[in-house]
Amino acid sequence: MTSVLGVLFDGVTYGCLLFVMSIGLSVTMGLMNFINLAHGAFAMVGGYVCVVAMTRMGLPFLATLPIAFAASAVLGVILERALYQRLYRAPHLDQVMFSIGLVFVAIAGATYFFGPSQQPVVLPSFLRGQVQVLGVDLGAYRLFLIALVTMITAALHFLLVGTRFGAQVRASVDNATAAAGMGIDVNLVFAVTFALGSGLAGLGGGLGIDVLGLDPTFPLKYMVYFLLVVAVGGAGTIKGALVAAIVLGVFDVAGKYYVPQIGAFFIYFLMVVLLLLFPAGLFGRRT
Amino acid sequence: MKKILLAALGCLLVALPAWAQETIKVGIVAPFSGPFAEYGKQFDAGVKAYQKLNGTTVAGRKVEVIIRDTGGPSAEVAKRLAQELVVRDKVDFLAGFGLTPEALAVADIATQAKKPMVVFNAATSVITTKSPYIARTSMTLPQISAPMGVWAAKNGIKKVYTLVADYGPGIDAETAFRKAFTAGGGQVVDSVRTPLSNPEFAPFVQRIKDAKPDAVFVFVPAGEQGIAFMKSFSERGLAQAGIKVIATGDITDDHVLNAMGDSALGMITTFHYSAAHESPENAAFLKAYNEVAPNAGRANFMAVGAYDGMGAIYEVIRKLDGKIDADKAMEVLKGYKAVSPRGPIMIDPETRDIVQTIYVRKVERKGNELWNVEFDKFENMKDPGKQP
Amino acid sequence: MSVTASIPFRLPNDHWRPLEIVFWLLPVIAYFIFPDYLVLASQILIVGLFAVTLDLILGYAGIISLGQAAFFGVGAYTAGLLAVHGWGEPLTGLLAAAVGAGIVGFLTSFLVVRGQDLTRLMVTLGIGLMLFEAANKAAFVTGGVDGLSGVVMWKVLGLFDFDINGRTAFWYTLMVVFTLFVIARRIVNSPFGLSLRGIREGPRRMPAIGSPVPRRLIAIFTVSAAMAGVAGGLLAQTTQFVGIDSLGFPRSAELLIIVVLGGVGRLYGAMIGAAVFMIAKDYLSGQNPVYWQFWIGILLIVVVLFGRGGIMGRAEALWARLRRRA
Repeated sequence: MTSVLGVLFDGVTYGCLLFVMSIGLSVTMGLMNFINLAHGAFAMVGGYVCVVAMTRMGLPFLATLPIAFAASAVLGVILERALYQRLYRAPHLDQVMFSIGLVFVAIAGATYFFGPSQQPVVLPSFLRGQVQVLGVDLGAYRLFLIALVTMITAALHFLLVGTRFGAQVRASVDNATAAAGMGIDVNLVFAVTFALGSGLAGLGGGLGIDVLGLDPTFPLKYMVYFLLVVAVGGAGTIKGALVAAIVLGVFDVAGKYYVPQIGAFFIYFLMVVLLLLFPAGLFGRRT
Repeated sequence: MKKILLAALGCLLVALPAWAQETIKVGIVAPFSGPFAEYGKQFDAGVKAYQKLNGTTVAGRKVEVIIRDTGGPSAEVAKRLAQELVVRDKVDFLAGFGLTPEALAVADIATQAKKPMVVFNAATSVITTKSPYIARTSMTLPQISAPMGVWAAKNGIKKVYTLVADYGPGIDAETAFRKAFTAGGGQVVDSVRTPLSNPEFAPFVQRIKDAKPDAVFVFVPAGEQGIAFMKSFSERGLAQAGIKVIATGDITDDHVLNAMGDSALGMITTFHYSAAHESPENAAFLKAYNEVAPNAGRANFMAVGAYDGMGAIYEVIRKLDGKIDADKAMEVLKGYKAVSPRGPIMIDPETRDIVQTIYVRKVERKGNELWNVEFDKFENMKDPGKQP
Repeated sequence: MSVTASIPFRLPNDHWRPLEIVFWLLPVIAYFIFPDYLVLASQILIVGLFAVTLDLILGYAGIISLGQAAFFGVGAYTAGLLAVHGWGEPLTGLLAAAVGAGIVGFLTSFLVVRGQDLTRLMVTLGIGLMLFEAANKAAFVTGGVDGLSGVVMWKVLGLFDFDINGRTAFWYTLMVVFTLFVIARRIVNSPFGLSLRGIREGPRRMPAIGSPVPRRLIAIFTVSAAMAGVAGGLLAQTTQFVGIDSLGFPRSAELLIIVVLGGVGRLYGAMIGAAVFMIAKDYLSGQNPVYWQFWIGILLIVVVLFGRGGIMGRAEALWARLRRRA
């Protein structure tokens, strides 16, 4: 029985990590209807910022996380205003090709500055090893991840539901033209949301170094997973991304634990099935 | 008087081209860009190191190295490049081959064009059977995995859980290890094959922990996967639970070993080359390597494969006095012996594959860096993948 | 400002324009001028055909696919396995490749006809990835990551052996590619092709004029898959090897880039894009690889933001401007 709990725990953690990295993509996709394959690049930037902050500035791991968030957010705003906003009304193919181009540039840049190999990260000692909870050995870092993601989800929920800005975002997601007609500064909403999404991606990238590793091909390797979460969960909702991320995380880990022969196969199969049943995603709104 | 001098000069100038060396061309086909770029870099450094120590002229001919990049495991590109090297550049030798598909695809060209082909790295057993003109100076996976099985059985490890990446090399390693280990009286309690591009080892490592073996035998692609596995391993406390990690030396590849950090300490591996090998040949090699590739990190087995490959090529040129004929070249290569930076090597006259010493090493920290320190060995190991 | 912008509207007809004849004479001339580059030329033709198949579904039917390599790979393995197991006749091998890939394409098409762009993208991507894993798992059949070797081909038409200079392979490839291109051209310049363009531009409006959208999409998807299978089979037969990278995601992604750079929605754009891309890659592969990726990225961004319709689009705009001046 403990193995089931263990698998669930690992799956939920993996899902939480996917969630943090994908939530930004889900909201921006829902908001701007923009297929952004370069989302992983923002996560990668966050990861490298953490590494640089730790090695060159000597900061402890936890302190680098807010910096990663900020750096990715700023980069997001700059790129959004300069490039992305020109393509909001463009056909999806253009958006896909543009974001692929951006990914290539990001990968080439990362290789040039940091080299092609893995970046090491040293976690603070209280986050290493395992902790005994109810008789089950749980990884300390993973507990930390779950706690952090819970807080972020709560904060995001409050932001969307309890603040005026959140209301503006929800209005713009539902109907940008009408929202603009109501006097909402839709451009500002887009910019801030994109920044927030990119920042969260950067945070996820930093958090994920220990679990997923960090090298220049990160955006391409994990692009599939982000898109998976967004496509399955339905773009534009936090709930969708969270549920999809956790479902995918749990099934991936469970599949690998119980039936390792089909390993990676299972998650793609699951995705295809879910997309067939829910073409707009589990909680998707756009038809 | 002037006329005679001019005439003499003219004669000399005419004679010079005839006198001038016919260059021997060696075409190297390998990945120099993309995810396997490191392979090409190591080959390049190994070749340059050899030429630094042994010169670029043999038997009065200049040896010219032509490099072609496959960009990754693209068989069609490798085959095209080899064809162009043979038809356009008129090379005398085909060499390189970091990955198995490259070698397999080019085998036909070697046979059709009758050119000796020296494999610097690709490690699948079947490669040397694909053409009578192939010789290998690297290793094969069964050759390095089987000794680990033998050693583990002899050294108190009774129950092993195997974890390998689900692809050709991984399966080869698992099969060879299992065969040797069970023959030595050991028991493989369970085995798992991980997906090729696996980001998360947690579920697999958890399974291992639940099975409580004495050791886990691992084979995953070197670099990121190796690091990820070891991280998962130490995070989950398997080392504390007394489970050892035994593996082939691919996972503690000299080039990436330091990046693995302390989580790699204590790993026991079997392999044919360690940069910590103490011999005058290795010292000379490492010195030359550092001179030709100053910021390239540590030399690894691929550089040695290229280094020894060039050694074999030079021997052929020397013995045939620069007139390269494929059948005669293979006669020279069969039974070729040398003292490589790794130890003694020989090319098996029957299979044209490499026969060498496989060392058992442990990862230890010496000074600031991690090294694979050799403490046991198996001499004159042939490729068990070819024995029935 | 779009990669698919300004496709000039012409009523479909089957007249061969003089430039097209010139285009198809180029490979023939290349045979005589570049006798040492025949293998590269053959591979360019194969990638060109492959790009045409993607253009059929992307440029004409509007399906963004990141999984076209799946059909290429199925065709390659079909032709390769046939040869490995004793039947090395080239043309029937290609036929088998077409049928195999066509079947897979047909079955897959049902997953692709519904859903929005992102869903279709993910489904095609997922299918490509699943097939890759399956091919890896079935290594006892496909050779897995090590690849399928031992593909022994018989003589083409019983007369021409595949020689090391690549001459037979070149003519064989050229004939097959030309034939399939003519077929694709015919499809595109027909009422059916016109309806595909209608579907791409207004999928909700088409049913209003009685056009059965799903059926058309299934048809073109299957045809495109079968042709991609032939391209894969050609590669398998001319290189006598099948690598698992035939199915891989990088191949699909690279193909998408080729089609976009060449000009979406123009068959010749796909072929020209393939030629330019492969020649540039071959030439630059010696140089610093990081630069290659960087510049391709920049090029894509620039093409999307400023280019109209890729190389062909630009060429046509220039041609139109010159003609206006004349």
